[in-house]
Amino acid sequence: MIEIGLGHYLTLGAVIFSIGVIGIFLNRKNIIVILMSIELILLAVNINLVSFSIYLGDLTGQVFTLFILTVAAAEAAIGLAIIVVYYRNAGTIRVEEIDKLKG
Amino acid sequence: MLAHAIFFYVFSIIAVISAIMVTVSKNTVHSVFFLILDFISISCLFIMIGAEFLGMIMLIVYVGAVAVLFLFVVMMLNVAQQKNQWFNSEATSSGHIPVGLIISTIIFFELIIVVGGWKYKPELSDQNTTQISNEISNTHSLGQILYTDYIHIFQISGMILLIAMIGAIVLTYRRREGVKTQSYLKQISRERSEGIEVLEVQSNKGVKIDD
Repeated sequence: MIEIGLGHYLTLGAVIFSIGVIGIFLNRKNIIVILMSIELILLAVNINLVSFSIYLGDLTGQVFTLFILTVAAAEAAIGLAIIVVYYRNAGTIRVEEIDKLKG
Repeated sequence: MLAHAIFFYVFSIIAVISAIMVTVSKNTVHSVFFLILDFISISCLFIMIGAEFLGMIMLIVYVGAVAVLFLFVVMMLNVAQQKNQWFNSEATSSGHIPVGLIISTIIFFELIIVVGGWKYKPELSDQNTTQISNEISNTHSLGQILYTDYIHIFQISGMILLIAMIGAIVLTYRRREGVKTQSYLKQISRERSEGIEVLEVQSNKGVKIDD
């Protein structure tokens, strides 16, 4: 318990990943929280990459974390823009009422 | 080593609790604040295990930019009226909650199995392409490989950011009708021939101007 190893960080990543997946499924409120759950999942992936990079002594994982950060920022910007446009057109962003595509 | 363990447990417990609060919080603004807390504690963990540059970049990018973006959108849209419809509507009787719990539990145990059964060969870490060195700082060594070995991926990520920016502007741009604005192109492309007309004014008749 005292010796913190790679397994501790990987477990933390697994817990946050699962919480993100639970957040996507449980959320019936609005779609912004779903975007935040996706951010949590990307954060868990970043934890895994950084801890592997540190414990294996290889710097490539940190470089890939940088690129994941870039993609996450772009995804958040585009997703929020889509949500704003949808709210302007439909007047709601509740998950249950978004059924325009009849899926 | 004890301090490492204490800080790890403090930050990871804060991170897990705030991640849970992001998903179950009734108010969306509270969710955004818990997301910020989550990112701050994870970046503290990154700084602690020796990835200082990434920890600082996480603080700047997520807390400084993405979380503020989320806050602005939450404040612009009217989501506050929907916060009371969380557990008392017909949503609780739908089958999403048990399915979601089952799927996420399965994913969690799969990840735990990967962690438990994970072994790496000791000679594998000798084949690293980019070894972490102890002489130069984390930022220095990241910069040394980011601008040499990964320069193409770096530039592609810059293109992704540019396209995301253009896409967000194009999506949310709204042209309003009936608003009088200056059109610089029209103003500077006027010519003398279409602006001025010389008329022969006849006596007792005047000039009729039609636009």
